Amino acid sequence: MEIDPLVFRLSIFILSIFIGYYVVWSVTPSLHTPLMSVTNAISSVIIVGAIIAGLAGNSDTIFNTSSIFGFLAISLAAINIFGGFLVTQRMLAMYKKKKKGK
Amino acid sequence: MLSANLSAIFYLISGVLFILALRGLSSPETSRQGNFFGILGMIIAVVVTFFSIGNFSTGFVVVLIFLLIGGLIGAFIAYKIPMTAMPELVAGFHSLVGLAAVFVAIAAFLNPEAFNLGSPGKIKLGSLIEMSIGAAVGAITFSGSIIAFLKLQGIMSGSPLTFKGQHTLNALILISIIVITYLLCSTQSPNLFWILLAISFLIGFLLIIPIGGADMPVVISMLNSYSGWAAAGIGFTLENTALIITGALVGSSGAILSYIMCKGMNRSFFNVILGGFGATEQSASSKNKEQKPVKSGNADDAAFLMKNASSVIIVPGYGMAVAQAQHALREMVDTLKKNDIKVSYAIHPVAGRMPGHMNVLLAEANVPYDEVFELEEINNDFANADVAFVIGANDVTNPVAKSDPQSPIYGMPVLDVEKCKSVLFVKRSLSPGYAGIDNDLFYKENTLMLFSDAKKMTEDITKNL
Repeated sequence: MEIDPLVFRLSIFILSIFIGYYVVWSVTPSLHTPLMSVTNAISSVIIVGAIIAGLAGNSDTIFNTSSIFGFLAISLAAINIFGGFLVTQRMLAMYKKKKKGK
Repeated sequence: MLSANLSAIFYLISGVLFILALRGLSSPETSRQGNFFGILGMIIAVVVTFFSIGNFSTGFVVVLIFLLIGGLIGAFIAYKIPMTAMPELVAGFHSLVGLAAVFVAIAAFLNPEAFNLGSPGKIKLGSLIEMSIGAAVGAITFSGSIIAFLKLQGIMSGSPLTFKGQHTLNALILISIIVITYLLCSTQSPNLFWILLAISFLIGFLLIIPIGGADMPVVISMLNSYSGWAAAGIGFTLENTALIITGALVGSSGAILSYIMCKGMNRSFFNVILGGFGATEQSASSKNKEQKPVKSGNADDAAFLMKNASSVIIVPGYGMAVAQAQHALREMVDTLKKNDIKVSYAIHPVAGRMPGHMNVLLAEANVPYDEVFELEEINNDFANADVAFVIGANDVTNPVAKSDPQSPIYGMPVLDVEKCKSVLFVKRSLSPGYAGIDNDLFYKENTLMLFSDAKKMTEDITKNL
């Protein structure tokens, strides 16, 4: 009997929760704000689904209802991806060590 | 066109890169590299999606245009946003993730062929369940984050909004979400799908309005977690490993942050969710505060105390950020350091309005991160320090949390500021803080109150040093 692929995805999901648990506990508290902005950015990998929806129509029907929702989702996710990674970058650039000889 | 197996492997790689992105945040030195891994993972995921569809006609151009529009808006916001507004920004971003999840679910529901999920009206059962979960959680994230955003911006009052039968109503709606999901799966009716979305938006809204401004750190972390679960739900629908891994990471990350924030306030998670905190206790303690003697001083006195100290601990709170005093504070500390006085910063877990907010604000003011300490790291040092300089913080220093079991904040971990030889407390008045309770610290023998705007007082002290 074959195993349903859903079970495999569920395994990945459960294991990832555990990875997340241990990885996030090791994040230093002073970086919790960048953690939130970067998780924001990476959860926007949902853009993958938006792109599939956006490209679903053939050349005569680029703008059917489904792909319009796709296009809108692409923009929303893109705001998050660019905004999230860049603002994280900006924050992390401010975390400096004490300069020597000061 | 990429084969399904090959693209699945690439998605796995991007999932691993996202794990490394979070791993990098374990220390400031590795964090920038971590962020780079995150960006790389995202690029891989997007490019692989394009190649696995292999459609580079007009639609591709339209997709790029929408991508570019969003990207430009995002980049613009990222460069313009002041660091004090990070909580609002993050709340706003959460709402976008939620809405994007809803839109993707709608697109998949309307055009299941494109996602390989069957045909309209005959969507595979498993996919339909996953899709409904993703859409419902996404909708809750969206409307909840909008309310959080409005509360943080001050557009909507931060005080909790409660009414009779609120919890019953919420419970009924939650049950109806489950019932409708069940009906939707058995009938595949589009109308039920829209109803499901509508009530999910409604419940997101209803869940957040009773939660007060002081609990916003918990709310933001919680919505962070929801946005992850929404992404994971969609990930199952799309059978996409990168999305499933990311959703699980973000979901558990938000849950852990909520837990840390709740612990920082000694509140249970359910207590926060049920809301209403900060509305009831306000009147209880306002009676006998005027009678107690308070020592107040000016910048000159404060400068004198600090000049003669050998170690000073700074306790910043959100009030410092409101007064934009962080740069003035750094200048004061620089002057102190020139006089060979040891200075460190003590940060309470719930200082600021989101996890780690105060650290970012200090970092922006060029405070080196190795001078900044968390509560557990520094709490024993107060007994040996000469001066504690409390600026814009209040409840997190209140010794009542240790002594009075009647107090609403009893049991909350607090900074042992009162153990210092002397305490300088910068505050505009004796008014109570967020929790609505009087701070015993004001009336202690060794406390000197500095009644002034935080920024102005700090500048005056620097002049007098």
